[in-house]
Amino acid sequence: MSRNALGLWTMGVLSLVLVFGVPAIVETFALIDFTLFIAMAILSLSLAFVWGFGGILCFGQSAFFGLGAYTYAVAVINMGESTVPILLGILLPVILALVLGYFMFYGRVSDVYLAVITLAVSLVFYYLIGASAGEEYKIGSARLGGYNGMPSVPPINVPGNPSAAVEYEALYVPAAVLLAVVYFGLRALLASDFGRVLVSIRENEARTELLGYDARRIKTVALAIGAGIAGLSGVLFCAWGAYVSPTVFSLVFTAQIIMWILVGGLGTLTGAILGCVLIQYLATWLGETKIADVNIVLGAIFVAIVLLVPSGFVPMFARLGDTLMRRRGEAGS
Amino acid sequence: MTGPPLLETRGLTMRFGGVTAVAGADFTLGPGELRCLIGPNGAGKSTFFKCLTGQLRPTEGEILFDGESLVGEEPHSIARRGISIKTQVPSLFDGLSVAENLRLAAARTRNRAETRAAVDEIVGLVGLADRADSIASQLPHGQRQWLELGLVLACDPRLMLLDEPTAGMTKQEVARTAGIIREIGRDRAMIVVEHDMQFIQMIAHRVTVFHQGRILAEDTMDNILADEQVRDVYLGKQAGAGRERSDA
Ligand SMILES: Nc1ncnc2c1ncn2[C@@H]1O[C@H](COP(=O)(O)OP(=O)(O)OP(=O)(O)O)[C@@H](O)[C@H]1O
Ligand SMILES: [Mg+2]
Repeated sequence: MSRNALGLWTMGVLSLVLVFGVPAIVETFALIDFTLFIAMAILSLSLAFVWGFGGILCFGQSAFFGLGAYTYAVAVINMGESTVPILLGILLPVILALVLGYFMFYGRVSDVYLAVITLAVSLVFYYLIGASAGEEYKIGSARLGGYNGMPSVPPINVPGNPSAAVEYEALYVPAAVLLAVVYFGLRALLASDFGRVLVSIRENEARTELLGYDARRIKTVALAIGAGIAGLSGVLFCAWGAYVSPTVFSLVFTAQIIMWILVGGLGTLTGAILGCVLIQYLATWLGETKIADVNIVLGAIFVAIVLLVPSGFVPMFARLGDTLMRRRGEAGS
Repeated sequence: MTGPPLLETRGLTMRFGGVTAVAGADFTLGPGELRCLIGPNGAGKSTFFKCLTGQLRPTEGEILFDGESLVGEEPHSIARRGISIKTQVPSLFDGLSVAENLRLAAARTRNRAETRAAVDEIVGLVGLADRADSIASQLPHGQRQWLELGLVLACDPRLMLLDEPTAGMTKQEVARTAGIIREIGRDRAMIVVEHDMQFIQMIAHRVTVFHQGRILAEDTMDNILADEQVRDVYLGKQAGAGRERSDA
């Protein structure tokens, strides 16, 4: 079996365990924690796709995440039923990405400026929404609440039935299913013609264009797909905690997403999930046990990884696995 | 020449600050024609190609392909019109295999089955059939040049621009490249930039001499070799360089 097929089977089995196995063994309290990890893992996947495969250094993935969360909050408070708010929470980030992508890619903005612009967009949201504390900042019946955020956001409900809430531990299974759908969806996308061309742009943009592919359009679409996934993650996050505040747009948060990717390894989807869960788990554990300051430990780990394992953990283990398999093959022959 | 030209430039000019790389070039190429472009280093040959492919936007002048203007068009849409280039420094997808490189080039205009057939055919045509699974970055220099020739060919262009396709090749490889170019030049127009006179004699019918961004002469190879002016600016120096290389 090829490594690719092996990886696909492994991830398939792991998804089944995640969706059916974990809820059967893990206690309710932990399941609620896991749901958050899963929402974040979806966010991590969105940047892994945009940055790791599209080569688009988007430092403002949090802008799409936060916009998804706020859109959901505002819409569901006004509508009461969650189906349309969820879709809007995906759609608005997509539109923002299309507009941003149009200006950045069609304007041939260089990679560094692209990082700065996307980061700036996220920070603009941070300050704008932060300044919305007054009574007068309302959208319909939803108060934005400034830095205090928006409390009591209604949960997701069974589509068409607002009284059947999917909350607390019940949110776990839908979230896990969505993670699997996003993961396998991205793998399929990357294996398609679109995905191949996207990676070829990362490898050599000038050559891809000389072959007749419109890199600007393809990168804009990739950014929009990533934004939609980030928006979905934001919706889950907001529904999970029934709360959203401008910290979702903060520098610390957007930097964390980048860190998940680097820990897991740039250019792998699996790594993005592992890196995210690992860091989140560690942060939660440190927060609970108070052994050391979370930010100092995470910062130190981050520096250590960038210096010692610059390719990230998953590519490192993949290489290790290849070497071992080759050795065994040689010994067997 | 019979019929309207395939490519025509009028007063084509490209300035970089104070440097004028192309200085009002009037160039014409007929349908299906194979033309060699020669000229000393810095004559503006590569810049001329970059203007034709939309990598640079000319400062002044007009480019007509099939009677339609190309000035201001994006590289990808020029490629879609049927102009394909092999750049002076090979530009490949280094992390991908030979077959995957070719597949990317072939897949834009073909379905899956056609793409596979085209890749199989081209990989043989450029002599890389036994290297189809090699990663591009691990190919020796000569084979990288052939792979890029294959990429250009996989686009099925009407006009191929080849910028120094034999640079860095051994004598045998040069002869083989000449064979490939004669083969693929049968049914499409081509402009080949080269310094290697022996190579040009193997493939060329007409030769255009570039000098300081202008067209200095345009004639058959024999007449060009006999031309005093051309000798002065170019051949004297370059013939020596050519000998050095064939010894190596
Ligand atoms: N991007 C650029 N900016 C400034 N000057 C440039 C640029 N590109 C080319 N030039 C200048 O334009 C002139 C023509 O360069 P060009 O590369 O077109 O020459 P060439 O005929 O292809 O030479 P060679 O045979 O060495 O490849 C040179 O003087 C070069 O330094
Ligand atoms: Mg040149």
